[in-house]
Amino acid sequence: MTGAHVIKQSEAKNLRLTLTFCAIFILALLVPMLEQVYYTKLIARISVFAIAAVSLDLIVGFSGRVSLGHAAFFGIGVYSAGILAQFGIAQIWLVMPIAFLVAGLIGCFIGAISLRTSGLYFIFITLAFSQMIFFIAQGLRMYGGDDGFRLPAATVWFEGVDLSQAKVLAYTMLGVLLAVTYVAHRIMSSNFGQVIIASRDNSRKVNSLGLQPYPYQLTLFTLSACMCALGGVGFANLNEYVSPASISWVQSGEFLFMVILGSAGTLLGPILGAAAFVTLEQILSAWTEYWMFYLGVILMLRVLFLKTGLLGLISKQGA
Amino acid sequence: MSLGLFIEQVFNGLQLGMILFLMAVGVTLTFGVMNLINLAHGSMLMIGAFLIAFAASTVHSFGLAILLAMVMVFALSWFIEKVLVKHLYAKTHLDQVLASFGLSIVLNDGVIMIWGREPLYVNLPSWLEGPVQLTPTFSYPLYRLVITGVAILAGLVLWYLLTKTRLGMQIRAGAEKREMIGALGVNINFLFTAVFAMSAILAALGGVMLGPMISVQSGMGDPLLILSLAVVVIGGIGSLKGALYAALLVGLVDTLGRMVWPSLLGALVGNIVSNAAIYILMALVIAIRPSGLFGRQLQ
Amino acid sequence: MSQSPILETVDIVKSFGALMVTDRVSLSVHSGELHALIGPNGAGKSTLINQITGELEVNSGLIYFEGEMINKVTVAARSRLGISRAYQVPQLFGSMSVAQHLIMAEIASKNQGFKMWAKSAGLDDLSSSQKSILQQVGLLHLASKPTAALAHGEKRQLELAICLSSKAKLLILDEPLAGLGPTESEQMIELLRSLKSHFGILLVEHDMDAVFSLADRVSVLVNGAIIASGTVEQIKNDPLVKSAYLGEELDVH
Repeated sequence: MTGAHVIKQSEAKNLRLTLTFCAIFILALLVPMLEQVYYTKLIARISVFAIAAVSLDLIVGFSGRVSLGHAAFFGIGVYSAGILAQFGIAQIWLVMPIAFLVAGLIGCFIGAISLRTSGLYFIFITLAFSQMIFFIAQGLRMYGGDDGFRLPAATVWFEGVDLSQAKVLAYTMLGVLLAVTYVAHRIMSSNFGQVIIASRDNSRKVNSLGLQPYPYQLTLFTLSACMCALGGVGFANLNEYVSPASISWVQSGEFLFMVILGSAGTLLGPILGAAAFVTLEQILSAWTEYWMFYLGVILMLRVLFLKTGLLGLISKQGA
Repeated sequence: MSLGLFIEQVFNGLQLGMILFLMAVGVTLTFGVMNLINLAHGSMLMIGAFLIAFAASTVHSFGLAILLAMVMVFALSWFIEKVLVKHLYAKTHLDQVLASFGLSIVLNDGVIMIWGREPLYVNLPSWLEGPVQLTPTFSYPLYRLVITGVAILAGLVLWYLLTKTRLGMQIRAGAEKREMIGALGVNINFLFTAVFAMSAILAALGGVMLGPMISVQSGMGDPLLILSLAVVVIGGIGSLKGALYAALLVGLVDTLGRMVWPSLLGALVGNIVSNAAIYILMALVIAIRPSGLFGRQLQ
Repeated sequence: MSQSPILETVDIVKSFGALMVTDRVSLSVHSGELHALIGPNGAGKSTLINQITGELEVNSGLIYFEGEMINKVTVAARSRLGISRAYQVPQLFGSMSVAQHLIMAEIASKNQGFKMWAKSAGLDDLSSSQKSILQQVGLLHLASKPTAALAHGEKRQLELAICLSSKAKLLILDEPLAGLGPTESEQMIELLRSLKSHFGILLVEHDMDAVFSLADRVSVLVNGAIIASGTVEQIKNDPLVKSAYLGEELDVH
């Protein structure tokens, strides 16, 4: 029966993808054990950006809107870690939830207004909001203004174990990435996820069936902001620095790059995209000081010549 | 605050407005006619500034240097449209955002590859330097008056082009109602290339004029790009009249605001609001009246 | 046929500026009845439908559903009350399969969209009633197919199937026969006939064979106003209708 055959094939593909990712994840877990700080920090960096990319994919890939302002939520995480540390609060079980909540509040406010628009206007309004947050951060002279400030204290698990240690940071952020991806996967596989996807495809029809997309999209947007901020906390610890540069529209653009590099709307794709981005960044900058130039060329090539990102390419190989 | 200072700031605001107008026209036309979002527009301004710095140090005549710079920008933008941009018209906004973002990174690093990281300075010819005594008590830099004049002139040339020539009418029709382009039997490829090149030239002109006033360095156009996006949203996408009024409004609000907010709200908050004010206005417009002052209703 | 109508509009008026597109339209639909709405292109049928479903606001007049005034009720809420609409151009979800469309319709009608953790129903979880709906429209063998793989006729069948799977009481069908070939049209007509006893149906159609074969009542909309309303025989013989519409627009198969 053709129907059953089609299902089995995509189930097999799913299994293959899941196994591939389990393998990659296990590899990622093993790298820090090599005690090479450079590579361990690389894993941490990839995880941090992957968290941001996964959270952005919920909006771009699944909700079908382009947010040019996610760096704002990332930055909220960065600044939460920094400002809390300034006040002597560095315990991870306080810093992460607080960053999560602050980003949630601000994300809910921004989302409530922005989600009344779509298309070009959504791009602009998210950009406008993130610019506001950028200028707020830049204007906080007591926190270094445009220069930012050194992270006063690394986020701490318990006495002697904190995120200034590369291995701890890498495992922590890998753990957060796993949690974020799992939660995102559960949500998008649920009824809620179906409503989101349906609203992306045809919001008029969703209304006609009996549901208004707005509350669902707002919930997801808020959650996305919360998740992105967790990545920001990791970023602050990775660089041991807090600066408005993490809130620039260029940073938002880089997150979009990661999502589309990996394949939007897949959750696993953005993780691949983040890994590819960071890897390219490292390889190119070791080779030439003009690595941004080549990164830009790669981005243009991806958009012009590839119909899909890395995950899409990998899936096709298998099939 | 003295009257003289106030008037000076008004002049500065109008002048910023005129530069923003040059940027915004290009943005609103490319949106309106080609439905294209182009984040590399700021880089075109930057390239204009670099080229004038380059040309002015190479040839003796400042006027010739400007001409040289504009010709190079025209050629470059024609090339960019033919090689990259024309593939983007049919693509999604996400693709356009990313591709033009990639282009802006390439151009921003490209100028560093050619000219290094140190900011360049453009030396003004002596006949453009110095203040002009407008009233017995008030003088204003000659150069700033000149560039305001040039921007107004550019605006008039643009107005003439758009209202009195066939190409111009096709562009306006397309900007207001894209579906009309096909019906008008227009050579779409040529029209699109022309609009893109025009918008690049206007941005570069802004860069050429700004070059002598601020330090010429990589990324200098990006803050203006984002401001010009705000201008276009406030004025209304696809509306040239909107671009003009909104640009002047934004220029004035931004410049005068920087004087006012700190005294109203204190140094810290005032500084933040000075920077963020236009974006607050932009968000308000999108939330309340998305079509802006003069724009058509997008879906 | 029950006594009180499930849908009733009273003198609804809609203008766009100086142009009046709905001119004091009053009509009703009873449960178990198929009420056909016919009229030339541009008569304002779609606009009228949009006001009934709530996508457009009426300027004046009242709309009642099961006796309750629904003028201020949102599109989504009206749908959950039981107003179900099949669009003229099928409004489907491009990334979903046939089965997922029915699942989505059920999530919506039962207002279970905020379940965020449990896995949503899949192909294997289709209820027997959902399967029988797919069977009825001839799509059961295509249940796993994505929208992109469907032929035009199959998309229309899916559009109809979605309407049936919600707890619908009133079906508003916008030209379900448009673009169908002769065999497909016959199948659709029989399908619609089988639906009559379960729902109230407001059928917008140009295909006069279908209308005369199925309708219990017919209303004729011209320039936004109902110029005649009655049984098939009454409408067929109405001179006003003949001159305004039937004479020119007779769709013969």
